Amino acid sequence: MSEHRIRFTLNGAPVDLNVPAERLVVDLLRNDLGTTGTKDGCSVGVCGLCAIQVDGAPMSACLLLATQIDGTDIRTVEGLASALQEAFITEGGFQCGICTSGQLITADALLRQNARPSEAEVKDFMLGNLCRCTGYYGIGRAIAKAAGAR
Amino acid sequence: MRPFEYVEPETLDEALALLADDPEDTLVMAGGTALVILMKQDLIRPARVIGLRKLSQLRAVDTADGLRLGALATHGALARSAAVRAHEAALARTFAAVATVRIREQATLGGNLAHADPAQDPPVTLLALDATAVAMSKARARRIPLDALFVDVFETSLEPDELLLRVEVPPLPAGARATFQKFLPTTHDDYATVAVATVVATDASGICTHARIALGGAGPVPLRAYDAERSLVGRRLDDGTIREAATLAAAATDPIADLRGSAAYKRAIAGVWTARALREVA
Repeated sequence: MSEHRIRFTLNGAPVDLNVPAERLVVDLLRNDLGTTGTKDGCSVGVCGLCAIQVDGAPMSACLLLATQIDGTDIRTVEGLASALQEAFITEGGFQCGICTSGQLITADALLRQNARPSEAEVKDFMLGNLCRCTGYYGIGRAIAKAAGAR
Repeated sequence: MRPFEYVEPETLDEALALLADDPEDTLVMAGGTALVILMKQDLIRPARVIGLRKLSQLRAVDTADGLRLGALATHGALARSAAVRAHEAALARTFAAVATVRIREQATLGGNLAHADPAQDPPVTLLALDATAVAMSKARARRIPLDALFVDVFETSLEPDELLLRVEVPPLPAGARATFQKFLPTTHDDYATVAVATVVATDASGICTHARIALGGAGPVPLRAYDAERSLVGRRLDDGTIREAATLAAAATDPIADLRGSAAYKRAIAGVWTARALREVA
């Protein structure tokens, strides 16, 4: 019913477009901008598949209206290139892969604000990213390895 | 999601004028974690949503006669706030243990209170700390003690043209000790089966001079167990008085049966956790 011009950066690149008020960020990313690394899972903010960073803070793209990211700096899995991804590969931090982009973006947010998190801090920060393959040990090892490499 | 009109006022005056002119079918959005889900599931159908994100003065947290917590402060910001931690560590821990990091970064204090979900944690600790909400409409400002804010499930005493501005938490009595605990038998990001906050102060001879017991998930609103509190004041906190208070607290609850347990089970568990929380601060 109303259209809004929004401007933000997506992985460092400026984006400027019009969206209807009801557009969700997860749909904006996947359907309008074609960045499908962000997955749509539970759609109620619980599973963590659609985790993105908004000004560095992890949030659920399925719970954000596109108007809410106007003026922000958005980072998605497409914007990551780090030892963290290498560690997920070498430590077996994924099995089927559906949760992986959310795991990576959340872990990246953690390591940016806390370079050497304790095991308890990792568990607390990551607890909202579900892995239906239950690959949590591999994910934990990968984060520990990436933290050690920083 | 159904289409709606979205408005983003630049100032508080503008927001209050919008609400005063036409509060019908208009909803206010802070972080949006609750509102967006309800809209996606077609449980609410606002014609207009007023987004508050530009009212940055409502994010402020400061210390004036206790604590003043801006309604747009996120759970994450409140958990990290040195002022909140210095006032009462149990309050910072309460915010730090809500849901997941993603929710804490997006969801706000004011949104949490206005949503009035009886299973939420922050109202429990804030009730035990004697917090007061400050609301404002174009016509007036109003102070609402927290136990008068919650009316029923998802229902508050806020008028349609009122906006929550902040929550004020008064200084604690000298020597007061506080705790917040929640029973999470399934996962750590779940809603608590029951949650309890207790605040207790004792005099030099160990006699209780101040007692607050608040419970979440235990009725249609977050509630104070007034009879249990009164039973402690003027007495020593020992096994007997704590057990008696826990029984009275359980009797004050009015839980519903759901996937987290039957009403009778939750009532019993409310007593168990009240006793644990009282022992921690005794």
